[in-house]
This record gives sequence, C-alpha cells and structure tokens, in this order.
Amino acid sequence: MRTDLAVIGAGPAGLAAALAASARGVRVTLVDAATRPGGQFYRQPAEALAASRPEALHHGWRTWERLRDGLAVSAVRVLTEHHVWCVERTPDGFTVNALLGPEQEEPVQLHARAVLLATGGYERVLPFPGWTLPGVVTAGGAQAMLKGGLVVPGRRALVAGTGPLLLPVATGLAAAGVEVAALVESTGPRRLARHAPALAGKLPEGAGHAAGLLRHRIPVLTRHTVVRAHGDDRLTGVTVAALGTDGHVRPGTERHLPCDTLAAGHGMLPHTDLAESLGCRLDGLAVAVDTEQRTDVPGVWAAGEATGIGGAALSLAEGHIAGCSAAAHLHGTAPGPAPAALKARTALQRSAAALDSAYVLPAHWPEQITDDTVVCRCEEVTAGAVREALDLGAGDERTVKLFTRAGMGWCQGRMCGTAIAGLAGCAPTPAKRPFARPVPLGVLARHHPKEGPS
Amino acid sequence: MNESLTCDVVVVGAGVVGAATALYAARAGLDTVVVDRGPVAGGTTGAGEGNLLVSDKEPGPELELALLSARLWAALAREGLGEAVEYETKGGVVVAGTDRALAGLEKLAAEQRAAGVEAVPVPPDRLPDLEPYLAPGLAGGMHYPQDAQVMPALAAAHLLRASKARVLTGREVTGILRGPGGAVRGVRTGRGDLHAPAVVNAAGTWGGEVAARAGVSLPVLPRRGFVLVTEPLPPRIRHKVYAADYVADVASDSAALQTSPVVEGTPAGPVLIGASRERVGFDRSLSLPAVRALAAGATGLFPFLAGVRAMRTYAGFRPYLPDHLPAIGPDPRAPGLFHACGHEGAGIGLATGTGQLIAQVLTGRTPDLDLGPFRPDRFTEEAA
Ligand SMILES: Cc1cc2nc3c(=O)[nH]c(=O)nc-3n(C[C@H](O)[C@H](O)[C@H](O)COP(=O)(O)OP(=O)(O)OC[C@H]3O[C@@H](n4cnc5c(N)ncnc54)[C@H](O)[C@@H]3O)c2cc1C
Ligand SMILES: Cc1cc2nc3c(=O)[nH]c(=O)nc-3n(C[C@H](O)[C@H](O)[C@H](O)COP(=O)(O)OP(=O)(O)OC[C@H]3O[C@@H](n4cnc5c(N)ncnc54)[C@H](O)[C@@H]3O)c2cc1C
Repeated sequence: MRTDLAVIGAGPAGLAAALAASARGVRVTLVDAATRPGGQFYRQPAEALAASRPEALHHGWRTWERLRDGLAVSAVRVLTEHHVWCVERTPDGFTVNALLGPEQEEPVQLHARAVLLATGGYERVLPFPGWTLPGVVTAGGAQAMLKGGLVVPGRRALVAGTGPLLLPVATGLAAAGVEVAALVESTGPRRLARHAPALAGKLPEGAGHAAGLLRHRIPVLTRHTVVRAHGDDRLTGVTVAALGTDGHVRPGTERHLPCDTLAAGHGMLPHTDLAESLGCRLDGLAVAVDTEQRTDVPGVWAAGEATGIGGAALSLAEGHIAGCSAAAHLHGTAPGPAPAALKARTALQRSAAALDSAYVLPAHWPEQITDDTVVCRCEEVTAGAVREALDLGAGDERTVKLFTRAGMGWCQGRMCGTAIAGLAGCAPTPAKRPFARPVPLGVLARHHPKEGPS
Repeated sequence: MNESLTCDVVVVGAGVVGAATALYAARAGLDTVVVDRGPVAGGTTGAGEGNLLVSDKEPGPELELALLSARLWAALAREGLGEAVEYETKGGVVVAGTDRALAGLEKLAAEQRAAGVEAVPVPPDRLPDLEPYLAPGLAGGMHYPQDAQVMPALAAAHLLRASKARVLTGREVTGILRGPGGAVRGVRTGRGDLHAPAVVNAAGTWGGEVAARAGVSLPVLPRRGFVLVTEPLPPRIRHKVYAADYVADVASDSAALQTSPVVEGTPAGPVLIGASRERVGFDRSLSLPAVRALAAGATGLFPFLAGVRAMRTYAGFRPYLPDHLPAIGPDPRAPGLFHACGHEGAGIGLATGTGQLIAQVLTGRTPDLDLGPFRPDRFTEEAA
C-alpha cells in the first residue's frame, strides 16, 4: 500500500489533519487501532456526550458531525483496526508497520512520503493502598463505563485525583443516575482560584461543569486526597484526608466515605512511542514541534495530545495546522492554515499551560504508598520492593525496572512509570518503547531475508 | 554536599566490573570507594544479558579469563550470593545447520577441551532430549555444561553490597589527580576530591574518557547490541542456544551488522534473544534491520517463536578494544592507575576474574593469569 501522507490516529487531531491535507489535494491514509474513527472524545456515542457535557453538546456533537460527514465525502482512505507498532524511515519516505486487529497477528505495511503522528495520550495512574480492588477504575475507565451503558444507577461513586477531567466524569456519572459521594481534588482552592482568570474564558465547558456539580449536589473536597481504598474482594469505601499546605496529609482529618466505585484520575500523558523510535526530539514528555507542527525529523509532523495535553479543541486546531503544513511541503508550496486555527491554538495552548500549572500532583504523594501496595500490576512489584531496589543502588526508573522487573510486563510501564519515578524521587522521563505494540517474532522475521542456522 | 575523603583505592564505575573489583579489593583488605556518575548498573551492565559463556571463546587469554571467572562465579554462588544474582548453571547448546558448520564446531570444541572446557557432542537425534522445541533437520550440536547465567544488574548491586565498599553514585569523575612524578593521588569529582594512591578505571565503554583524564590513551569504542525480549512463556527453552556461526560473529572485526542470536528462557518467563553486533557509535535509535535479523535467527532455531510476541527491544554499547581483549592491570604511563575495562560482549562473565586479578596486583601479589595480553598500553606501542 502506498500513500502520500499517513496520518496515525483518528482522534480530533488526526481527523482535522487528514481533512485539511486531503482538501489540499494530498493522498491521505488515516490509520487507527480502534474500530471506528473519533479518538478518545468523539468515539463516544451521542448519549454519552450528552451525559458528560449536556451544556457542551451542541458544540462537541456538531463538530464531530462535521468531521464525520467531511470524512465520508473526502478522498481520505480510512484504515481502522490497524495497530501501528513501528514507523521506520526508508530511503524514499516511511514505512508504517501495523498489525490487523483485534488479534494483532496479521502484518500490514503502508508506505508513505510523509507521516503525521496524532496518537493522543493515555491516562496517568498513581497507585495508593487498595487501588487494585475491583471497583477502583480510572477516570477514563469510568467514562468508558458510561459509554458502554455499564453504569448501574443507584450506585455510589467517588471521583478523586486531580485535573480538569474529574469534572466531566463526576457530572457524567451523576447524570447517569449514580450517586456521587464527592469529588476529591488534591489541588487547593486558593491555587485553583489564582489560576481561575486564566482558566475561565478559555475553558467554556468549565463553567458548565461547575453548574453541573451544583445541580447534582456533588460535594467538592479540594486539597483532599485518597488515603486508602477499602474492601476484601471489592471496593466498599474510601478513606480521604485533607492535605496541609506542605503537601503532607493532615493527621486527624481522615474520614471514611462508603462507595462501590472509585474513579481516580491524575491527568494524561502523551503517547510518544512512534515518535521516539523515529528519532523525533521530545520536549519533556511530549513530542517537540515547531509552529507548523513539524517534528525535527524531516517528513514527520505531530499534532494533538501527542505534543502536549490540552483538550479536544486544541487537538483540532493543531491537526488542521499540521495537515496544511504537510500538504504544502508535499506540493512544494507555502502552507496556508485557517487563521482561526492559528488563533485558537495560541489561546488554547495558553489555557492548557494554565491548567497544567494549576493542577499539580500533591508534593509528597509517594509517601502514601505503603510498602505492601502493588505498584506494577503486570509484574506484581510492590512499593516495598521498589524501595529495596533504591537501597541497592538503583537511582532512576530504568535501574528500578532492572532490579525489580517493574514496568517490564504487558503495559510496558504505561501504568506504573509515574509511580516508580515518584518513589525513586526523580522526574519522570519518557519511556523507551520501540514497539508501540507487542509484535510477533514471525512478523519481524518475515521482512528479513530468511536464513536458517548454518 | 562536598565531600573529600581518603581511602586505599577508588574504583571508577559501578557496573559489574567495578562491583567485582570492589568486592575482591575489599576482601584483600583495601579500604575501597566506588564512584559512578549514574546509579549502580546504569551503564552497559544494565543492558547486558548475563550469559557467562565459555562456549563462544577460542582458546587463548580470553578463554583462560572466562574459566577463572566461571570458577569464581560458582564460588560466589556457593557463598550464598547465587539466589540474589539469579545464578543458574543452565549450560549452553550450540547447534549446526550443515555438516560443514558441524565440522567447524567439532574442531573448535576439540581445541576448547584441550584448554579445560567441557564440550559434549550431541548427535542430531539427541538434540530434542536437550531442547525439545528446536527446529528439525539440524546436523548436530555441542553441549557446554559450564555455560551459566546471572542477572547482570542484580549481580552488580549485590557484589557491591557484599563488598561493603562505600558507593558514591551520581558523582562524575572529572579528573585524575596526579602528584609529583606523575603518581596518581586520587580523583576529582563534581562534589569533592577522593584521595587514594590507587585508582581503577572500570568505566566500561567510557573507559577511554577516564583514561584521557589521566592523560593516557585507551582506544575503547562502543559496539552496539540490540536484545529482543518476548512476552512471558512457560519454560520451553532450557539452555542458552545459539548457532555455530555466533562464534565467528563475536570474533569478527567487521563494523557491519552481525546478528547470530543466543536464545534463552528466563526464570521470569520472557525469552531473551540477543544480541546484534554493530559498530555505529553511540546511536541508540531503533534499528529494525537488526531486530528483524535477530527474530529471523531465533525463529530459525525455534520455529514456535514465530507466534510469540516481542514485547520490547533495547540497545546497549559494548566496550570494545581493537583486539577484542579487555585492558586489565597497571598502567605504566600513570603509576597508580589500573584499568579494568573493554570487555566487549563478555564483561558480565569476565567480571569476577577481572576483579580478582586487579585485587591481586593492587596488593602486590602474583596474579592468577599472565596479564601480558591485557596490558593497557599495548595499543600505544603498536601505533608507535
Ligand atoms: C475521561 C476523559 C474526559 C474528557 N473530557 C473532555 C472534555 O470534556 N472536553 C475536552 O475538550 N476534552 C476532553 N477530554 C480530552 C479529549 O478526549 C482529548 O483532548 C482529545 O481526544 C485529544 O485528541 P487527539 O486527536 O490528540 O487524540 P485522541 O483522541 O486520543 O486520538 C488518538 C487516536 O490515536 C489512536 N492511536 C494511538 N496510538 C496508535 C497506534 N500505535 N496505532 C494505531 N492507532 C493509534 C487511538 O486509537 C486514538 O483513536 C477527555 C478525555 C478523557 C480521557
Ligand atoms: C546487548 C548486550 C548484550 C550483552 N550480553 C552479555 C552477556 O550475555 N554476557 C556478558 O558477559 N556480557 C554481555 N554484554 C557485555 C556486558 O554488558 C559488558 O561487557 C559489561 O556490562 C561491561 O561492564 P562494565 O562494568 O565494564 O561497564 P558498565 O556497566 O558500562 O559500567 C561503567 C560505569 O562507569 C560509569 N562511568 C563512566 N564514566 C564515568 C565517569 N567519568 N565518572 C564516574 N562514572 C563513570 C558509568 O556510569 C557506568 O555505570 C552485553 C552487552 C550488550 C550491549
């Protein structure tokens, strides 16, 4: 298969990019692992969007309809259920190596002159005692439960962690008939208030979510954190406590809240695997791009949450700009993105930065992870084992992993990376995952001139 | 925090070679300090596979060092370190696909036997007894019971702990202190000087840089290797299994890619396939041709692996000297400076012997092996 531009990821960023490039006469192939386009946000059916953001339904749903209908009449070739495990540079462009889902055994190669990475992000997970109990889910997991109609009305849920995603999750659960015991946010009210002016105008849905909290009478506990989730074989309740200004739990403030669901969220991290193995420079934990959304590898663009977490609207703007730039470079002309997209990107990047500095993890969160808490679920490594490794001379995520196997399992550290860096007392570094998906050795071997043992 | 201290010997590098050196130096009664700019095992040791091989070595000084090291690893295991470092005497199986390769293997084995290696011929119909999942139609093989295994990072950490030496991590050695007459007096670090009459350069692939800081040259170069790691499997591969052409790859002088892989199971379940050999500087970026070739080699040996998933791959940089032998011993160009680096793809295996030899020369004893072939100044002479 050949194409001019391979867009990887069909979320808001990838859709906007594919449509922009296609409208400018580029042969585009849009590749996504999911069964249909839409990404994290638009993949949800109308009801879920309505449930999670009644006030934003008009905006969100109409945008999705426009993208979906645009895609239907465009010349973009859409490849769903294509799990890309690696993009490699070739003398005349790139080869996108994918596995066909859901089995992910059959290989497909797509040859492209240019690639655009719109792979989005994944949830950041922080462990706490009891977090492995059934009934404890991530904020995104709760969103998925809503989407799949798995939420049972009448249940009692707690939404906890930090970040703007907790609001739509709490109101979404409430709208679906779940009693939300509290929204527990570790950031303090003063800190949030300090950033409020920056956040307000730029996050129109913020005000709506706040109204939703009021309407559903959801108690909000700011500067509070989950201390422990309780239960024998499933969740029965959660102990929460107040945080002092020094970031430590304030003794004596613990209280028990009975619930059967805990949705915990601590923000998102960019997917950078494909960019890394292409050799793209990263900026912190995100793919570094210039004003045209170009990475430092010629022929590779990146847009959306792979380049930094900022919400669906920012992803759309970046995708459009990236698609226009890629088209221009493939044609040898000057890019002409819509001025509105450039303006939106500037404004939304500023509010994303404001959100980023408003919501920070509590300063001493690793202290609350007891030694018997499993931090790496794949390899069943406890916090105690990680602390022993540090005592043996490990000093960073990589050496902790070597000493304990934490992060070596199926999720390749996507779940435990932040926790291990936190326990090691060092800043999280981008994980090196040359294979974005596990790949059968037979598939790898197939593209090598076969040799038996001599 | 600035800290200046005095000891008998400073070991630069907390990889497996530095750790083994610290252990035997401390046991010889020396007050030992280990300093590393990163964490323990943060260098090539953290990227190595932990094969302790005698099977892949042709008779000569490296094989002698490997046999000495194998005895020392076994002794450490007997002392009780075995479990902590995941020591396993699993043995190696070398297979030949053709009669010609088999003849070469048998000739090598005969020479190795004369040097003290156990090598047991395995006719083709007995191969499945050793490795039931091997590809059919092989010409034959050789069983090497002395080949063993450790977990490299844990080995470095536990040897260091057993040494009771002081370990200073996160401290880069920026200079070697020289006194009147050029004698080494210690090292300068970013956080204070460490004073000692002896300094051991165990900086692995960066040993050339450390040597240069003492004003001497040592041409250590990186030779890149990729390893493929599969999903966890029930135990199916019992030995270290590789094809006969591996030995030729190891000894090759070519800069081009060589990929005859060693395939083995691990106690945790994943199968390790490694490693490629390539001289491309410190380029860490993924090379799909290298990992494809590893996969082809591994599935050629074990066809069932074709359906098994590779979870990850990683690269490391073997410390490589032009004649494929490490530099071990005192440096006459800088009295008080000792080298213990350049072990290329065998540094895990050769660490114990190296540490023992260095401890012996540090304390004025006669080393167990002739250090002539390992002399650190041998390249200067050649050039001159
Ligand atoms: C719980 C939750 C609530 C949210 N609520 C809001 C909200 O109210 N308002 C708002 O603006 N935003 C919200 N967001 C954020 C929003 O979903 C994201 O900002 C947006 O989806 C990012 O768009 P994107 O195109 O960058 O990436 P995504 O939408 O994440 O799309 C990335 C796509 O890439 C595909 N992909 C990734 N890797 C590969 C691979 N290797 N091979 C093939 N395909 C691959 C994925 O399948 C996915 O479809 C929410 C997110 C979550 C998790
Ligand atoms: C893919 C691969 C597979 C391998 N498989 C095997 C195998 O199966 N069996 C085997 O025996 N060998 C194997 N090897 C080789 C083995 O890993 C190395 O030979 C061995 O780890 C070298 O150990 P070392 O202690 O000399 O070096 P390193 O482990 O690199 O330690 C050197 C240390 O010095 C430190 N350092 C450097 N400069 C300074 C400075 N200026 N100041 C302070 N500290 C400094 C570094 O931070 C580093 O920690 C393999 C190698 C690779 C790459």
